[in-house]
Amino acid sequence: MTSLPAPRPGQKKLGLVIDLDICVGCHACATACKEWNASGHMGPLPDFSPYGDEAWGVWFNRIHSFEEGEGEGARTIHFPKSCLHCEEPACVTVCPTGASYKRAEDGIVLVNESICIGCKLCSWACPYGAREFDADEGVMKKCTLCIDRIYNEHLSGEDRQPACVMVCPVGARHFGDLGDPESAISELVAERRGRDLMPELGYKPVNKYLPPRPGRMQRTQPAPPSTRQSAGHASATEASTGDKLLRWVDRLLSR
Amino acid sequence: MHPARSIVFFTTASGAGFGLLALLGLCAPLGFLPESGWFAFVALAAALALAVGGLGASVLHLGRPERAWWAFSQWRSSWLSREGVMSVLTFLPTAIFGIGWVFFGATRGFIGLCGFITAAFAAATVYCTGMIYASLKPIHQWHNKWVVPGYLALGLMSGLLVLDFLVRFWMRRATGLALITLAVIVIAWFIKERYWLFIDTTSAASTVASATALGSRGRVRMFEAPHTQENYLLKEMGYQIARKHSRRFRPLARISGFLFPALASLLATILGGAAGIVLTGLAMASAALGLLVERWLFFAEAKHTVTLYYGADAV
Amino acid sequence: MSSEHQGAFAPAKSPQERSFLERLRSYFSPHEVIDTSPKISDEVKYTTCYMCACRCGIKVHLKDGAIRYIEGNRDHPVNRGVICAKGASGIMQQHSPAKLTKPLKRVGERGSGEFREIEWDEAITTTVDWLSKIRATDPKKLAFFTGRDQSQALTGYWAAQFGTPNFAAHGGFCSVNMAAAGMYTLGGSFWEFGEPDWEYTRFFMMFGVAEDHDSNPIKIGLSGLRRRGAKFVSVNPVRTGYSAIADEWVGIRPGTDGLFVLALIHELLAADKIDLDYLASYTNAAWLVIQAPGSADDGLFARDENGDPMVLEASGSLASATAAGVTVRFVGDAVLPDGRRAVPVFQLVAERYLDSSFAPEAVAEACGVPASTIRRLAAEIAQVAFEDVIELPVAWTDWAGRRHETMRGRPVSVHAMRGISAHSNGFQTCRALHLLQILLGTIDVPGGWRYKSPHPKPAPPGPKPAGRPEQVVAGKPLPGIPLGYPMSPEDLIIDADGHPARIDKAFSWDAPIAAHGMMHMVIANAAKGDPYPIDTLFMYMANMAWNSAMNTAETIRMLTDKDAATGEYRIPRIIYTDAYYSETVAYADLVLPDTTYLERWDCISLLDRPIGGADGPADAIRQPVIVPDRDVRPFQDVLIELGARLGLPGFTTPEGEPRYPGGYPDYIVSHERRPGVGPLAGWRGLDGNHPGRGAPNPHQLQRYIANGCFWKYPLPADQLYFKHANRAYLETAVMMGLVDSAKPIVLQLYVEPLQRFRLAAQGHGSVVPPAEHRDRIATYFDPLPFWYMPFEEARIDREAFPFHAVTQRPMQMYHSWHSQNAWLRQILGYNRLFINRVTGHALGLEDEDWVWVVSHHGRIRVPTKLMDGVNRNTVWTWNAIGKRAGAWNLALDSPEFREGFLLNHLISELLPPDGDYQFPNADPITGQAAWYDLRVRIERVATGEADRTAPLFNVIGHPGSLARPPGILRYFAGLDRRGSSQ
Ligand SMILES: Nc1nc2c(c(=O)[nH]1)N[C@H]1C(S)=C(S)[C@@H](COP(=O)(O)OP(=O)(O)OC[C@H]3O[C@@H](n4cnc5c(=O)[nH]c(N)nc54)[C@H](O)[C@@H]3O)O[C@H]1N2
Ligand SMILES: Nc1nc2c(c(=O)[nH]1)N[C@H]1C(S)=C(S)[C@@H](COP(=O)(O)OP(=O)(O)OC[C@H]3O[C@@H](n4cnc5c(=O)[nH]c(N)nc54)[C@H](O)[C@@H]3O)O[C@H]1N2
Ligand code: SF4
Ligand code: SF4
Ligand code: SF4
Ligand code: SF4
Ligand code: SF4
Ligand SMILES: [Mo]
Repeated sequence: MTSLPAPRPGQKKLGLVIDLDICVGCHACATACKEWNASGHMGPLPDFSPYGDEAWGVWFNRIHSFEEGEGEGARTIHFPKSCLHCEEPACVTVCPTGASYKRAEDGIVLVNESICIGCKLCSWACPYGAREFDADEGVMKKCTLCIDRIYNEHLSGEDRQPACVMVCPVGARHFGDLGDPESAISELVAERRGRDLMPELGYKPVNKYLPPRPGRMQRTQPAPPSTRQSAGHASATEASTGDKLLRWVDRLLSR
Repeated sequence: MHPARSIVFFTTASGAGFGLLALLGLCAPLGFLPESGWFAFVALAAALALAVGGLGASVLHLGRPERAWWAFSQWRSSWLSREGVMSVLTFLPTAIFGIGWVFFGATRGFIGLCGFITAAFAAATVYCTGMIYASLKPIHQWHNKWVVPGYLALGLMSGLLVLDFLVRFWMRRATGLALITLAVIVIAWFIKERYWLFIDTTSAASTVASATALGSRGRVRMFEAPHTQENYLLKEMGYQIARKHSRRFRPLARISGFLFPALASLLATILGGAAGIVLTGLAMASAALGLLVERWLFFAEAKHTVTLYYGADAV
Repeated sequence: MSSEHQGAFAPAKSPQERSFLERLRSYFSPHEVIDTSPKISDEVKYTTCYMCACRCGIKVHLKDGAIRYIEGNRDHPVNRGVICAKGASGIMQQHSPAKLTKPLKRVGERGSGEFREIEWDEAITTTVDWLSKIRATDPKKLAFFTGRDQSQALTGYWAAQFGTPNFAAHGGFCSVNMAAAGMYTLGGSFWEFGEPDWEYTRFFMMFGVAEDHDSNPIKIGLSGLRRRGAKFVSVNPVRTGYSAIADEWVGIRPGTDGLFVLALIHELLAADKIDLDYLASYTNAAWLVIQAPGSADDGLFARDENGDPMVLEASGSLASATAAGVTVRFVGDAVLPDGRRAVPVFQLVAERYLDSSFAPEAVAEACGVPASTIRRLAAEIAQVAFEDVIELPVAWTDWAGRRHETMRGRPVSVHAMRGISAHSNGFQTCRALHLLQILLGTIDVPGGWRYKSPHPKPAPPGPKPAGRPEQVVAGKPLPGIPLGYPMSPEDLIIDADGHPARIDKAFSWDAPIAAHGMMHMVIANAAKGDPYPIDTLFMYMANMAWNSAMNTAETIRMLTDKDAATGEYRIPRIIYTDAYYSETVAYADLVLPDTTYLERWDCISLLDRPIGGADGPADAIRQPVIVPDRDVRPFQDVLIELGARLGLPGFTTPEGEPRYPGGYPDYIVSHERRPGVGPLAGWRGLDGNHPGRGAPNPHQLQRYIANGCFWKYPLPADQLYFKHANRAYLETAVMMGLVDSAKPIVLQLYVEPLQRFRLAAQGHGSVVPPAEHRDRIATYFDPLPFWYMPFEEARIDREAFPFHAVTQRPMQMYHSWHSQNAWLRQILGYNRLFINRVTGHALGLEDEDWVWVVSHHGRIRVPTKLMDGVNRNTVWTWNAIGKRAGAWNLALDSPEFREGFLLNHLISELLPPDGDYQFPNADPITGQAAWYDLRVRIERVATGEADRTAPLFNVIGHPGSLARPPGILRYFAGLDRRGSSQ
């Protein structure tokens, strides 16, 4: 349904939380997503010119990287991005056919491939670049939040998670109900002050990003006096090495 | 945004087509047009050819054109659907009005009413077209108050230019029409200039910092893109026009789209006759070129927020 | 099952059955019905990933005979369920159009790619024919070198059985500096043989690591550190990957880590922040070193009549260092029975590193790290080590039988890899790191750095290299494996005149402790016939004509170089085994196509590079999960068959029949290296109840498969730390056959074997280096770590070549393997030369400018990219992305060819000449290739110059038998919704 479903009280909002503090930019979540979804609900995810120049393909998740700041305290940040399953997604409302829709029961934004006409308007309407055109089938595709995993009864409970979450080696990706303030994932967002991307556009993304923690340049301050003293001592008084050795002369220890 | 040829052509042609249709629907009942069946036929045929040709191009642009009928279903929320619905709806009164006018020379009463409805619907269609773009928040160059007026004015202007040209085969002098044309050209030009001024002097609230929710440590800039090769997003939305090109194309759009048509129209009004036909023909052709350039720029200069993830600082 | 989101489009009702109104409604609000519970697979097979050397456990889901999905095995000790970008792209490796399809015999010139497809029969007969002649006359004329393989226990054994000393795997160009420095110091090492105590460490320093072999374990570990709030410092000229998530990034100037670390040591010594108790108990800190300059045993340990080192007792008398309960002195002169002087190792350590030349101020500029930072880091280390002591409530008993009620540890840990090892001062730098760890008392303690099983081994471990000229006998096996650990010059593999006796010159005076061989020298030496010509070069899984070559252009030339007199190739025969059409295949005379990792048995053995962790030994297998669709054979099967056909004793029965008729799986189960010790340690014994040691178990592989293809022996809590001195652990290790005796492993601050080489350089002993080597040996074989400027930097004009140039492993690519992978190559299809923004702007450069990068040896033309997180004196790029046009079955306009590049073209395998002798561009002790010593300058290209990388080599043709790559790939396992199969 192109019009958005009216949010229900206690609306379930399934989504991802991505921890920019520990993402190392390994691309595992990107290829695991590709792998799962290639034969999944929206599969195939075609690749064009796969062994030639200008190879490109349909991917639901991509890893960007940025540098932030200069000099001390600057950081390199790896930034994975997939559909944010927005609460107010214009990608849905602009769709002329109803192919693009937001599920009432869990808020997942999907494309019904069987009626999509491939007008691409939804991809223009998505500020985040989360829509992927399948030029082979002529239809739009996108992250399904692994809808064919998270409810899949052929999978054990702990496996009912998106492929990208399961694979992440550093555990930088979390999946859960962001509509439930008591859920573990919501608490994580609250604790780490999870952020919205481009909040100014009013799409109200469900997915949240946990900002990098400040680097602990100095774990504790001040430095232990002994080191500073003797370091100062060493350069200031130029005591001979022989003198410095004296303090170990009487240090006897049993082997 | 990638200026796809089909879309550039579609919006320009259908703008002119619906503009002309609106003018015919409005002016014929008011009796401002030559009372000739042939004129009615030619003018309507031109309007429909432009409108339908434009729509056709846009359907062919679809990934799955055979399913285009689905696009009429979501008029409650989608401007694209509304545009589709309106464009088709427009053809209903047009059909009655056209048959009455062309075959029966009727322009009053019910037929005239259908003419007015045609005019209103055609205008609404152009309005919807404008809104498709103006409603897209991720594109600052589209999501602003100059876009819809621009679409409306340019549709009207191109319709007028065609009309002025056609009318001259039947009327030696159409001074009123010519003056209106001239006025609309000036208005459209003004709107376009204001639009350009707007996009040159403002940028979106979104920046790479807001797009990434970073920035507390200082400037944010891209280090590596996710893939070394261009993906769909970049092909579609990452189109970047070099500043020097936009500097080169804008004068072309100005001269060819506005200045020359205005001068030619003026001269045509003064000279009239065959010269008038030639001049308005030239004005029309020049405007067509100018508006294609303008429309190409409309896409090429539009920056999508997705580019913030691919190296743009601001959009 | 479909979701509760039912709608009018439920397929249960056909459109005809629906009313018009229903249809109209569904037109305006269409609902999709989703199968949220599709069946995932028909079958799940466990095996071990081999998209890189990390050896993660995987589950391969198969559907309709195709691979539906590969995921991590949650129970697996290495990856605990996760996999990496490469691992998750295994499907595309299996579908690579570059897969070789049939044995090939060269018909055109080498490098032309013109081959004739032959049958396996012919391939094997030809090989046997070539090799049997060599074995019957002069076995060393076969050089057998293997690259990325994980079957070195088999290949090394095969080489020894064949009788050639000319065997090595890739370690020599990889990280032998780390391995050797660690093995001689700790009996364990960084690399994949040790790991930080991820659970308890509170201060972790990582030196020069971009990805490493422990790909997933490191990631899992780092994430734990950050969650726990432990501090993570990354010392690396580049701030990407792991460094990006570090609390502190120390953007050091390449090649200066030794100085930096010795300055930390200086600070800790000055502040007396060292663990003397640990030093007394577990190290040779108190051992006495003879101080008798000029004599033949100067600098060796003072030993008693049993040959045991001695210590200075509190009372001033001498005692055996092996005795327990002796109270020792760390400082003070001892007088030996013969009247000479000796001092404890610790005194030498303190004297050397307290010197003001190691003060932070003295090294700051060279390292590019402010003195205040060095000082602060030292203080932080000291604080964590001495104030955050961890005490686990676990009682244990040490080697001397003393019971300790707790396990105490100083939670500071270190990990290091190729940023240290790929320099010509890497051995001593790695030693410096170990010295730091030992002084802090953080080896195998809670929170410190831990041995991974099967380590620790004695430092250094027993076996010496086999292959001295007298050991190489026609038709006979070698008495041991060609690689090992020399203890003194007598163990070198040289002839009576002191000339190298191995083709790679490993274990010669060029590189006496080349414990892993020197693979990077093989082609150059063989082509020059230096030290002697060989007949056949047999290579396995090593792309030696491209990304593992130094001086690529010359390597390619040498592979095709002919003797003008005879018209014969200088390397007469090349046999190569690869699974894909790599750059090297085109240079082979005979190509033996291998299977993919999903199609074969493999064995990740304790005898080789196992998956053991700090909490216990482990090993693993691969099992075939799909059947090859081509005429290819697992190389191990081929090798075993060759062994049998050549009549190698280890591969034939006394009756001359093949010993392992069932091929590799047969060998894995039934081969015994020593009684009861075989390739796999799990489920040994006929009943499968003997871990580590026991009779072969015919059902062993089934037991592995039932357990997810791995075996693990979790050590009990009281054996988890202090393994080098933990009686219970050492006894377990003996029981399992990991070590020979339960004697404690003493950590070697001072490495005596190095001094033996040094003494030889001073003319002592029977085996002394030739004149041109003396200075070098005398200088670099310092038994205590020191820093020296990397050789290339020291030799060239530093003003003319102002920048360091290094490479990094991209996390999503494994060497040259993955440009053929349709998914991975989209992520990294070309590389750029990354330059610091300030430096770049000073050179007038912007992103995407083309520049020439010039070294003393060559020049390449490449595109640039500016960034901030890189040392200002350093430029870098991703490794092995550039490919040679024609290889890998990629289209000729592929970006890997046009815009991708290698730094290898700039790296010489030899140092700029110094006198008459040209030394290898390598560490003087281990022969480790010094990839990261490279110095360059950057020149802008002339305007209008081509925007393609240079040098471009001519296109190599490829055999027509390769698959034709598709223009669109629509992978879908099984039948897709449109009913078509992929
Ligand atoms: N500039 C620069 N050069 C470097 C390095 C660097 O850091 N910088 N690093 C060096 C280091 S540490 C190393 S280890 C080397 C690595 O260099 P190589 O050992 O040459 O490694 P690969 O490129 O992985 O090539 C191995 C070959 O294995 C083949 N292969 C893959 N899978 C299989 C299989 O299942 N069976 C068989 N038979 N073959 C297979 C591949 O097709 C490829 O041709 O590179 C070295 N070169
Ligand atoms: N994804 C992936 N994983 C791999 C491989 C692969 O090709 N791809 N290859 C495998 C192999 S064979 C190996 S040997 C390992 C190697 O694993 P790593 O040790 O991680 O190897 P490199 O990528 O060479 O990383 C060396 C790091 O040292 C830094 N560096 C360079 N010079 C210096 C220096 O002087 N000092 C310091 N402190 N840092 C320096 C570089 O910036 C780089 O970050 O990785 C293994 N794992
Ligand atoms: S991220 Fe884009 S595609 Fe996803 S819901 Fe939001 S607007 Fe739609
Ligand atoms: S491309 Fe498909 S899903 Fe997107 S707006 Fe058009 S019809 Fe809707
Ligand atoms: S939730 Fe599933 S579809 Fe979405 S990015 Fe993750 S793996 Fe891909
Ligand atoms: S898998 Fe995890 S660490 Fe790797 S890129 Fe994705 S989020 Fe980052
Ligand atoms: S780290 Fe290596 S072994 Fe592990 S999943 Fe990745 S490619 Fe496979
Ligand atoms: Mo390596």
